Amino acid sequence: MKRVVITGAGTINALGHNVPETLEAMREGRCGIGALDVRDVDRLAIKIGGQVHGFESEGLFNRQQIALYDRFTQFALVAAREAIGQAGLSFSGDLAARCGVVLGTSGGGMQTLDENYRTVYEDGKNRVHPFVVPKLMNNAAASHVSMEFNLKGPSFTVATACASSNHAMSQAFQLVRSGAAPVMITGGTESMLCFGGIKAWEGLRVMSKDACRPFSANRNGMVQGEGAGVFVFEDYDHAHARGADILAEVVGFAMTSDASDIVMPSKQGAARAIAGALNDGRINPEDVGYINAHGTGTAANDKTECAAVADVFGQHADELMISSTKSMHGHLIGGTGAVELLACIMALRDGVIAPTIGYEEPDPECALDVVPNEAREAKIDVALSNAFAFGGLNAVMALRKV
Amino acid sequence: MSVKDKVIEIIAEQAVLDPSDVTMQSTLEGLGIDSLGLVESIFAIEEAFDISVPFNANDPSESDFDISSVASIVAGIEKLIADQS
Repeated sequence: MKRVVITGAGTINALGHNVPETLEAMREGRCGIGALDVRDVDRLAIKIGGQVHGFESEGLFNRQQIALYDRFTQFALVAAREAIGQAGLSFSGDLAARCGVVLGTSGGGMQTLDENYRTVYEDGKNRVHPFVVPKLMNNAAASHVSMEFNLKGPSFTVATACASSNHAMSQAFQLVRSGAAPVMITGGTESMLCFGGIKAWEGLRVMSKDACRPFSANRNGMVQGEGAGVFVFEDYDHAHARGADILAEVVGFAMTSDASDIVMPSKQGAARAIAGALNDGRINPEDVGYINAHGTGTAANDKTECAAVADVFGQHADELMISSTKSMHGHLIGGTGAVELLACIMALRDGVIAPTIGYEEPDPECALDVVPNEAREAKIDVALSNAFAFGGLNAVMALRKV
Repeated sequence: MSVKDKVIEIIAEQAVLDPSDVTMQSTLEGLGIDSLGLVESIFAIEEAFDISVPFNANDPSESDFDISSVASIVAGIEKLIADQS
């Protein structure tokens, strides 16, 4: 088995248009959630989100590309350019043939769907743009990343709702660990902040109208975000041989299915995934210093997640730190685990634990150290990233300091 | 059809029961309606009466709509119909 390390990271999200901006915002506990700027917002009951502002496609893509790239694809490409640029890799010959890209997304080209449903249903037109299908398909982002960077190996898209990114990165991890690919580009992307995307979530009655306050007793639901996170997962020997800067090592992962309810989370399913990741990485529970929580800010998730952590870690649950950065960037659905992995890398590499902002009242059912409101300095060796999706599909990754 | 009869019809359908088995004293839990069933019932009520029900599944007890029994739901809907008409 190969060791797998991260040699590049890229992102765009409500906190920043790149990794340094995002990490700075996390360190400062800044909130990227605000008033939504989408068409027909007056017909929405939920009017806030973690939206990416100031994103100018024109400087980043040419006219033909803009016509062909949904916003979720554009986000993925921006993040991939940053990650691959940092890694200092270019792909040609045998390396290109063996390396690929696995991205998570839940909704795919939702902006394209929304716009074109309007065209045919609301405007009554009988003709749509010829690129609707290639823009909206879930694998469009992964495919365009493969084209821009000449990645000709295993490439696909994973869609497991809120766990899409973690499942995608788990697949990339396996491909590198097994020796099938020396380098994999991986992460996730989502752009669901459009009228239809928000309206659909409203229906479930789990959204907050004012803020995402994970673990706080007065939390009242989740807030959607958008953006992408992309990483370069590389065989340690390959990275070492070329003198690459290593951000962190990916040491374990596990995935489980609750097999119980389509929306309600299960403590057992979550706990099995967390314990499984420790087992896979041969990690002592006591070595885990930080968990980036799924922490959606819903009543159901947060108490179930805390109970699962308490079950797995026993007494050590009171010593480790667990925070939800969704309080700052919102819930990026299929892209969320990727952006949240940045907080794990920051914890390991910079010794800074991102806070759970918006925390106002302790909840006895979430009685862990949730790093309330302010970032904290701490030296840690192992960090976990939790993702627990609707449908009961769970994926947990474990990272170690290098 | 009265508000009461329509609400009972909606709740009975959600619980897969005959409307005669649903009384004003029944609770949703007692009828076997889970969280998804509750959200679906509220949607059906909103559609049937053309009203908007203030309900957040994260904290049903703090929502401005009492779902503790069929009677309280009927009373809440009658008030919403009066307020929103």
